[in-house]
Amino acid sequence: MLISTLSARRTFGALGMVAALALVGCGPKDDAPATKGGPISLRRLTEPEYRQIIADVFGTTIKVPGRFEPDIRDNGLIAVGTSRESVAGTGFEQYDLTARGIAAQVVDDAHRATLIPCTPAKATDRDDACASQFIARTGRLLFRRPLTQQELQTNVKDAGESAAKLKSFYGGLELSVAAMLVSPQFLFRQEVSQPDPDNAGQRRLDPYSTASRLSFFLWDSTPDTELLDAAANGDLNTDKGIARQVDRMVKSPRLASGVRAYFSDMLGFDGFASLAKDPQIYPKYSSQVAADAQEQTLRTLTDLLVTNNGDYRDIFTTRKTYLTRLLGSVYQVPVTTSTGWEPHEYAEGDPRAGILMEISFVALHSHPGRSSPTIRGKALREVFLCQKVPDPPGNVNFALVQDTKNPAFHTARARLEAHRTQATCQGCHKIMDPAGLAMENFDSAGGFRATENGTPIDTSGDIDGVKFGDVIGFTKAVRDNPSVPSCLVTRLYSFGTGRPATKDEAEWLSYQGKQFAASGYKVPELMRRIASSKAFYRVSTPGTEANNASLSMAGTTTQTEAVK
Amino acid sequence: MSATMNATRRNVLRGMMGGAAVSVGLPFLDCFLNTNGTALAATGAPLPVAFGTFFWGCGLNPGRWEPKTLGKGYDMNIETAALQPFRDRMNIISGMKVFLDGKGARPHFTGEMAILTGDVPREQPNYASLDSIVADSIGTRTRFRSLEVTGTGKPTDSLSRRSASVSNPAEISPAALYTRVFGPDFTDPNSADFKPDPRVMVRRSVLSGVTDQREALLKQVGASDRQRLDEYFTAVRQLEQQLDLQLQKPAPLAACSSPGQPVDAEIGTEIDHVVANHKLFAQILAHAVACDQTHVTNVVFGEATSPLRQAGTAMTHHIYTHEEPMDPKLGYQPHATYFMGRIVETLAFYLQTLDSIKEGDGTLLDRSLILAHSETGFAKIHALENIPMFLAGGAGGKIKTGMHIKMDGEPVTRVGLTVQQSLGVPVDSWGTMSLNTSKPISEIMV
Repeated sequence: MLISTLSARRTFGALGMVAALALVGCGPKDDAPATKGGPISLRRLTEPEYRQIIADVFGTTIKVPGRFEPDIRDNGLIAVGTSRESVAGTGFEQYDLTARGIAAQVVDDAHRATLIPCTPAKATDRDDACASQFIARTGRLLFRRPLTQQELQTNVKDAGESAAKLKSFYGGLELSVAAMLVSPQFLFRQEVSQPDPDNAGQRRLDPYSTASRLSFFLWDSTPDTELLDAAANGDLNTDKGIARQVDRMVKSPRLASGVRAYFSDMLGFDGFASLAKDPQIYPKYSSQVAADAQEQTLRTLTDLLVTNNGDYRDIFTTRKTYLTRLLGSVYQVPVTTSTGWEPHEYAEGDPRAGILMEISFVALHSHPGRSSPTIRGKALREVFLCQKVPDPPGNVNFALVQDTKNPAFHTARARLEAHRTQATCQGCHKIMDPAGLAMENFDSAGGFRATENGTPIDTSGDIDGVKFGDVIGFTKAVRDNPSVPSCLVTRLYSFGTGRPATKDEAEWLSYQGKQFAASGYKVPELMRRIASSKAFYRVSTPGTEANNASLSMAGTTTQTEAVK
Repeated sequence: MSATMNATRRNVLRGMMGGAAVSVGLPFLDCFLNTNGTALAATGAPLPVAFGTFFWGCGLNPGRWEPKTLGKGYDMNIETAALQPFRDRMNIISGMKVFLDGKGARPHFTGEMAILTGDVPREQPNYASLDSIVADSIGTRTRFRSLEVTGTGKPTDSLSRRSASVSNPAEISPAALYTRVFGPDFTDPNSADFKPDPRVMVRRSVLSGVTDQREALLKQVGASDRQRLDEYFTAVRQLEQQLDLQLQKPAPLAACSSPGQPVDAEIGTEIDHVVANHKLFAQILAHAVACDQTHVTNVVFGEATSPLRQAGTAMTHHIYTHEEPMDPKLGYQPHATYFMGRIVETLAFYLQTLDSIKEGDGTLLDRSLILAHSETGFAKIHALENIPMFLAGGAGGKIKTGMHIKMDGEPVTRVGLTVQQSLGVPVDSWGTMSLNTSKPISEIMV
């Protein structure tokens, strides 16, 4: 119900805008500062993207076997790292195995009737006409553009020759599907630029690259038929045409997939794949708890940000969440439903407010057997405030922290204070520790504790000059930290473009930050603005590479000064 | 096929697919492979050299691992005592360091990068790793260019990289590694009957269709993306090569046998499980080399911030190195040192496994060169000097063994250069800035 009401409101807004502009006779008004664009990107598909595409193109009953080459994180995002990734021999072997596993299912008895649009004259021989029909249709979705005449011919010929050799039409088609799934056109999102029809001398993405950028940004998947049609008929060459597609996509329930993909990336959920907790210390922690914990946070976020179109900053303070019975046992909250999810609202004053206090944050940023205020503080700075905390120096004895059983230092706060007496360590720990210490009520697996080694845990402190008395005060201080919204704007933009923002784009980002604030920090609206902007599709022209110097994360020195 | 020169691999293969005689040695092999000569026992030529790395994090305790005497006839120190049986078959190199050239040290990362890529990167790695450079020289004719494993459950802990943008992820499960090497795609060189699989032939042909687009695609992208696409095509060629080998009858290898299906210990960071899985890996890797499936192997005993732990304890090896007080009586950190002992013990088992495979007069260890090293000297302070580095095996007669060589203040890259030059990589210097060196460790070179 909520979705439809909101959608309706958005439709009116969009229609109103289009109507007004039609009178003026130019594209939608874009007051944003002009940008020179950044380098074009060649991105390797991530594992979630790969899986989502297979589900969208071939259906959710197709299993994706095998494992994937790990992704690189760059400037806080895997989406940016993918612009640096390639494929090694080992990785290609895996892609090949996965592709063959998928292809075999696509042509098997259970799927061929629905996935292959025609029946061959003879199942034991080639049928180029039928193969061509299937390959053209599937190829367009996998390559995110129509196949070229030559690509189509080669694929049909390969399928035919293989079919003849194997005496099986479907065997030939299977090889053809497998070949498409290991081809560079599928595994890499190669963007292509063209001269900007509206701005002489400048370049922008071509329509199919525009379609891909839109679709991966908003829906985390390959463009659907309608979007590809809009690319084919030239709609995506115009701001108006783009705005129309953006409007359709932002209103679609699939926007939640895009929001989930962004936050999974930003929150570093890939880290759960290798997260271990000591089973003797944390017997409740399991891989199912880890999976539920990620889902909990993503549900909390999509419910707040998409379904309720809420204020982004409230992610730190919201008392509403979703729980399974398993999570309830860790959080010590009774969950009545025995399977699945139920909404839960913490009482006013409960320390469990906001996503920072969920397992997906406190457990992900801890040691296997104990919490780590330093790691948590560093994660908060880097993930939510886009600040880079430097690594500790080399050849320096920073090991003053004593044994956890040392009678003189019962709590992490006491141990870290001893450690911070060293001048070389002090600068960075001052940035990280206060935030981390505020979360010390939560152990390495996300359980609550009021004391450590019998001593009450003190969660007071200050962050960037704002003092707080307890963890509730801390979540409020984070919520109101000015870096929170600006970090989201910058990072979301990078997520969509697959590159760090350039220095030249700083002014544009700051403009979008103001618009974001004016909108009441609504994330779908921010995504709509980014996806409809000129900047999002602008590509730097050759010879202006100097503009491509990236906008690095806020400097540490400045941060240290700001903290004092 | 016509007499014109249109002998692309695809056309050759197509021609053969049309005909009935498929069991010929495929002629295109010689067209595109490094014809360095797979020297096989059957032909009387020497067996190829195998190169391996064995990495562990958090170093060893200074003063407790370096032999007290220099040169030959040294005795192993306390922490390397498990290696005593191999004293005359290996070299210990102590005292080497990493130069930062004003760049910041990234604890645990800088050291491994310097040793394996000859460079101290500011952020991401900039160059291919030593094993990849060596693999391009000695590993191009095998099914696998290299095999990577790690016993602590994270494929990304692999340190093997083909370039700045491509890393070779590690296998974390011995059972999965076994299936990959000795599973259905393995052709037993000692098996009497051999029939090429028609499905492999059509796959081979279809892959050529991918490769044929290389030139056209490379033209469409900028320089840095071109390099990345080129790496992709190199990967495709490697798979093509694997398929080619599956279509050929391999030469018999007396020492080749299957290691048998392993049963994984639990995959994680608990030390007993990690050691058990590394012992399984050792068996599979040794057999893979004996069966000529690869010439290059990389073992990572957990990432540099060593996650090893004992069941039921909160502390990891890495945390112990920093936070455990020095025992005043012992003069070292007993818990951290415990893990070092388990690591060296596993290395000794690995060498023992290589040595247990007899080949003619020698063993697999004799024709191997294993570079075992950490990334720091004294982990407590992230020391970038006196990093433990061992070179085990005779590299098929190309390396002299049995020495302790002290190289105080010398760049770690001298080891990498020595490895490359001994294994036939045409290079006269290696490393960036102060890590650049043109001096191999000549004392051990033949």
